[in-house]
Amino acid sequence: MNQSLYEYCLRLGDTPLILSQRIGEYCSKAPHLEEDLAITNVGLDLLGQAENFLTYAASLKEELTADELAFKRKEKDFRSFHLVEVPNIDFAYVLVRQFFIDVYHNLFYTSLCNSKDETIAGISKKSIKEVRYHLQRSQDWIIRLGQGTEESNHRLQVTINELWMYIDELFYDNEIDNEMTKEGIGVSNREIKNNWFNIVTDTLNDAGLSSPENIPYTLQYGKDGFHTEYMGYLLAEMQHLPLLYPDAKW
Amino acid sequence: MENAKKLEAFQAKIDADIKIEPKDWMPEKYRRTLIRQISQHAHSEVIGMQPEGNWLTRAPSLRSKKILMAKIQDEAGHGLYLYCAAETLGIKREQFLEWLHEGKAKYSSVFNYPTLTWADIGAIGWLVDGAAIVNQVSLQGTSYGPYSRAMVKICMEESFHQRQGYEIMVTLANGTKEQKEMAQDALNRWWWPSIMMFGPHDADSAHSNQSLKWKIKRESNDELRQKFIDKTVEQGEHIGLSFPDPDLKWNKSSGHYEYGKINWNEFWNVVKGYGPGNKKRLAHHKDAHEEGSWVRQGAIAYAKKKRSIQKTA
Ligand SMILES: [Fe+2]
Ligand SMILES: [Fe+2]
Repeated sequence: MNQSLYEYCLRLGDTPLILSQRIGEYCSKAPHLEEDLAITNVGLDLLGQAENFLTYAASLKEELTADELAFKRKEKDFRSFHLVEVPNIDFAYVLVRQFFIDVYHNLFYTSLCNSKDETIAGISKKSIKEVRYHLQRSQDWIIRLGQGTEESNHRLQVTINELWMYIDELFYDNEIDNEMTKEGIGVSNREIKNNWFNIVTDTLNDAGLSSPENIPYTLQYGKDGFHTEYMGYLLAEMQHLPLLYPDAKW
Repeated sequence: MENAKKLEAFQAKIDADIKIEPKDWMPEKYRRTLIRQISQHAHSEVIGMQPEGNWLTRAPSLRSKKILMAKIQDEAGHGLYLYCAAETLGIKREQFLEWLHEGKAKYSSVFNYPTLTWADIGAIGWLVDGAAIVNQVSLQGTSYGPYSRAMVKICMEESFHQRQGYEIMVTLANGTKEQKEMAQDALNRWWWPSIMMFGPHDADSAHSNQSLKWKIKRESNDELRQKFIDKTVEQGEHIGLSFPDPDLKWNKSSGHYEYGKINWNEFWNVVKGYGPGNKKRLAHHKDAHEEGSWVRQGAIAYAKKKRSIQKTA
């Protein structure tokens, strides 16, 4: 049970961690200064969520810290979604990726607030306030750029089509999810799927964009320890110093 | 005659420490100096995001990543305040960016130096923000209202940055042998560029006198530089680091540190665009701006559509 809870906390922490890493990479590259500020805000919130969940995960083991989990774990032990590993190809990628995750986080944390595990419920209650604001912002951008110029509409549509292959993973439950859901600690991802599609489809419609056809891709998912080709490079960069100086404290 | 009277009244206000506000009459040269200085200051905050952003993805702990991310965000915020203050002088932000991209506007030369190790993030906070504070605390008393108010807001955050940077240096200086070397190396590379941040010696400073008279500047370059050196040397020695200046020594009778000759050739070379990072920093800013053009256009087009719908409704 403790091992499952530990595993569960890793997946709660890893997705925000990897996404905040991508957002950090985008620093000073936004279309204008206001957006640099806003996106960094989102990155900071996500980093805080990651830290909270990883700290909780580490506390379930003896002599383990959140930093060790973030900076010394092997790729196959990470549990993040493929979607957040995708690089910042341009602002459309940064935005659409964020919008998809924001909708997911809103639904997910809303349910997770009722977790029987007090720590998880507590972190979720704090996080839900943050991700509500994230969603407002990304949804607003989807509408503005969807209804903006022909080019901005086109760029968003192309990106939506490209990233759609990573959506199925959000709603996949493995044994750990099932066990945690049964215990009343976790949330079934399958059950938020319909709501996710409703919100996303409505927003895309309002924005003059369309949802692609839903074809399941053959993928091995992050929570089972399989990642995109992008992930190795992301971790190599993020973990560079702690791995190079294993005895150092920062 | 008219102008001479206005000028006299203007100077009287300055002498009485009454702030000049955007709608007040001001000499053209006062306005031009402020446009140059405030926009240069804004650009510095923004370009300064790059050398620090260089280590954001490699910050070695969750805590240090959070602190650095928040710091860079603060700097973006400082940039915004300052662009807003500069815009009160009748120039739009787009124009400021154009001048920057054309090389007509400068930013602080210190950001043209590369950040090579994690210790550079400590050194920038400690030294570069530390130097910036000395300058900005003084500028809280500047005569132009919007600039002065922007400085008050900014100074509160800058002192956090300085402390957080110093904290990194303390950790490294107390760390492993390699970490200690890293800290010393960073101090060696950032010390001179940070004391150059105050600009040429008073005797060689082109704009200083008029700026002091109009209270755009409140203290001279050398006075500010001395303040910075006096407070910083002790902090460095306290954690066992040494400064790359053999002539640096305490002068009992003056109550200040004496320091060696500043390499002004290097300073002017970097100002003129030949520093290690000038090309890279500017290209990065230009590229991001150009790549973001479709986003800005999209947002403008949407806002226009919205307005025309509201009109017809
Ligand atoms: Fe600043
Ligand atoms: Fe700062």
